[in-house]
Amino acid sequence: MTLVAGTLSAYRAAALERDAPLWSVFLAEEAAQSGRDPSALEALMRERIRVMRQSAARGLGNPQMSRSGLIRGGAHRMAAWMDSGASLLGPAFTRLAATALAVAEVNACMGRIVAAPTAGACGVLPAALFTVADEKGRSEEELVRAFFTAGGVGLVIEHLASLSGAEGGCQAEVGSASAMAAGGLVELMGGTPLQVDHAVAFALSNVMGLICDPVQGLVEVPCVYRNAMGAANAVVSAEIALAGVESAFTADQVIETMGRVGRRIPEEFRETARGGLASLPAPGCDSCRGACGNA
Amino acid sequence: MGIFDILGPVMVGPSSSHTAGAVRIGQFGRLLLGEEPGRAVIGLHGSFAATGEGHGTPLALLAGLLGMDPDDEGIPAAMEIARERGLDFRFETTDLGEVHPNSVRMALKGEDAALELRASSVGGGRIQVWGLDGFPVFLEGVYPTVLLVYPDRPGMLAMVTTILGNAGMNIATIKAHRDSRGGQALMTVELDHTPAVGILNALRHLPYMEQVRFVPRLGFGG
Repeated sequence: MTLVAGTLSAYRAAALERDAPLWSVFLAEEAAQSGRDPSALEALMRERIRVMRQSAARGLGNPQMSRSGLIRGGAHRMAAWMDSGASLLGPAFTRLAATALAVAEVNACMGRIVAAPTAGACGVLPAALFTVADEKGRSEEELVRAFFTAGGVGLVIEHLASLSGAEGGCQAEVGSASAMAAGGLVELMGGTPLQVDHAVAFALSNVMGLICDPVQGLVEVPCVYRNAMGAANAVVSAEIALAGVESAFTADQVIETMGRVGRRIPEEFRETARGGLASLPAPGCDSCRGACGNA
Repeated sequence: MGIFDILGPVMVGPSSSHTAGAVRIGQFGRLLLGEEPGRAVIGLHGSFAATGEGHGTPLALLAGLLGMDPDDEGIPAAMEIARERGLDFRFETTDLGEVHPNSVRMALKGEDAALELRASSVGGGRIQVWGLDGFPVFLEGVYPTVLLVYPDRPGMLAMVTTILGNAGMNIATIKAHRDSRGGQALMTVELDHTPAVGILNALRHLPYMEQVRFVPRLGFGG
């Protein structure tokens, strides 16, 4: 059967018809479109996951210092905070935020990452999916399946709206990553396709209208910290959906609305570094304390 | 567009357009030159000039010229590597007119060849090469591509497509431009598959043919 791809409701209908989980529909569709064997695609996904884990370990293990001096080892600091036992909601939640910072900081410092869906939002998926998978003892195979669902949600967003901050603001980047992660988390925890839909709808609704305002035009502030917010939003949205709470709107509706909102966001709030936080006076050497080498 | 375009590419940060795309433009230039570049004058336009430094755009362009992939962890050290390998490079700010904000002009010289390339990084690591030695082109590095330079005269297109057709090579796109009637012409041919060396040599031996270059499909690493 060929699938009319493009909407999450179409993928859900296919899952229902085949009595199959959503991840397998996305995998089958990817295999059909690419002409590649499903097992080869699963191996490729494991490789993507391996790179993401390397980025996370690097950012947590070594303080990342960006050339601009705006990023100065925040993830490494959070890892120490977690170990100190001072976490507000326990170590898992701190690890969630620290992992998002870690991957996003490695990106900011010219380290190797997986753009997921973009480089600017690369910390959200690894933080949400790895932290919950580790916490809940999920297998690598289950994690791979969760990533196929997350990737499939990303395809739908790309089709119905946009994944680009320059086109749709931060809602389209960190917001989309957050929605993808929320869907992936529901899959990871064995939720239904409808629950995936609700989680995606909640996650995107929560960040509707978020602007893209990179300070100095760099993928550093506030991007790195919004990755942590995106991961937390994914967990919150997945948990609401898994508990059986239903979104008032379908994911497709919310995604299309996000796209429309994005097109109406003024240009100064779409990655041009002219509005929002980017319009504040440049943080100088006072804030970087010499890390930039200019002090 | 597939799931691995969404969960990918694997790349060195911080920006798919300012970093990964810039590496691929550099790679395209190196492959088109067909040899180790010895000299590179690189003009940064628009956003490449304004925020390129913080995004590592100059490093990424150099890394591509040195043959690195977008996920090569040597990219941050590209300047030192370029100096070690004797690449004489210079960056300048330029205005290429009403083009994509992430654009660059590269003048490259090797032992034998030289070229001037104009290209843009259009998002997600995708590139568009839109100028070559003053000719308009439109290449994205997604097909194996043959570029041919010859004097503008009747029958050249037929001879080229005959060789490709007889070799069973399917043409995805083909474009030909000339600077003036009877002047110099450039043909770009994007193919579905990589042509054998024999096919390229047959094209080189066509009457009047001045130059035949080949650029393989650009990979993404990882």
